[in-house]
Amino acid sequence: MSFDPTVAEADRHDQAPAAGRAVRIGVGGPVGSGKTALVAALCRALADVDLAVVTNDIYTTEDAEFLRRAGVLDPARIEAVRTGCCPHTAIRDDITANLDAVDSLAERFPGLRLVIIESGGDNLTAVFSRGLVDHQIFVVDVAGGDKVPRKGGPGVTTADLLVINKTDLAPLVGADLGVMSGDAHRVRNGLPVVLQSLVDTPDAPAVAGWVRDRL
Amino acid sequence: MSVLAMLLADSRFPGGGHVHSGGLEEAAARGLLRAEADLPPFLTARLRTAGLLAAVFAAASAHAAGSPRGDGVWDVLDAELDARTPSAAARYASRVQGKAFARAVGVMVVPSVDGDCGSTLRAVLAATPRPHHAIVLGVAAGSVAGAARVAAYLAVSGPASAAVRLLGLDPLWVNGVVAGMVDEVEAVAGEAVRWAGCAPAELPAPSSPGLDLLAEEHERHHREEVRLFVS
Repeated sequence: MSFDPTVAEADRHDQAPAAGRAVRIGVGGPVGSGKTALVAALCRALADVDLAVVTNDIYTTEDAEFLRRAGVLDPARIEAVRTGCCPHTAIRDDITANLDAVDSLAERFPGLRLVIIESGGDNLTAVFSRGLVDHQIFVVDVAGGDKVPRKGGPGVTTADLLVINKTDLAPLVGADLGVMSGDAHRVRNGLPVVLQSLVDTPDAPAVAGWVRDRL
Repeated sequence: MSVLAMLLADSRFPGGGHVHSGGLEEAAARGLLRAEADLPPFLTARLRTAGLLAAVFAAASAHAAGSPRGDGVWDVLDAELDARTPSAAARYASRVQGKAFARAVGVMVVPSVDGDCGSTLRAVLAATPRPHHAIVLGVAAGSVAGAARVAAYLAVSGPASAAVRLLGLDPLWVNGVVAGMVDEVEAVAGEAVRWAGCAPAELPAPSSPGLDLLAEEHERHHREEVRLFVS
């Protein structure tokens, strides 16, 4: 809300992406939660969409290599960004390196409809700047402990989509999926939550559907 | 020093500076820089070479931005700075940072940027879409002295911050080291200001072959085993 009575209140609806440019979706979450595997799954599931990927992993080329090896994306459609030991800074406080990478991809592929920007693994407080992405997905995993959703943090509470990953591991690590799901819905005030296992559903249909709805 | 110059020198300014270590990452990876005692000589060497060069070109750029000039001045400054930066990796790093800086400056609405600087920045970007960092800084800083000071200061503050992140050095101690260098930073900036009005071809060409080699090796190692910083 505006605290200045002389100024009309700003429109709180989501801004549509600028005409003609690709939709940018951020994928964030802690180390090892399955961000890269999810991005690879999305590339497979959205094979009919003109898309590209920017990766910010701490060992930058590692993730790009993973996507190349997975054979899901032409290497020319992957840009790796170096973050100077500060993955959260590169997606939130100083997004210029990532904007540069998005620009390079857009120049190379003028018809681009979707750019997926994967953050480096970080903590629960890391979120993408709205100057960089239009929508963001936050990925946590069952093996990280079933208390993670309850802890909250801006990633868990405010991301446009929360993915609770690796549900197939729940019985092995003694995680209660009911608790995780219930806590997630409680702290997110109605924002969507997807529980998935890429072992059971390798093409991440629920997340791919959510992404498709944003194009 | 103007508040605008302070904004540009602030490490929180989103101009892409935080991903550049100025060769410190390569030096640390090679064991050339291990502990607190190794940092001051590294920073001093950088200030006297890369720092002076950046300050000279930032000052010259600020001078050009503030005076009547021919259309070709930005091409000339760009080529002269290229000629004084023998390492291709260092030229690349400077241009990456210059483009990021131009993006950040381009959306600022302050008198010097919105007024004359807006058109000057467009002229710089028309000369080359990826300008050198020092030249964009000179256009944005609003004064010759401010541009020189910010460039000289950034030449040491960037690697100092990288040392904290890469080597886990005590941030308070590192801050003290930088504070202990202020007289020399001022002296470098002062020298740069004296050169500002000279013909670009006459500007000095300080360089450190050691830093140039570190810049080249940084890029080579990035292809082999990955580096965390761009430079």
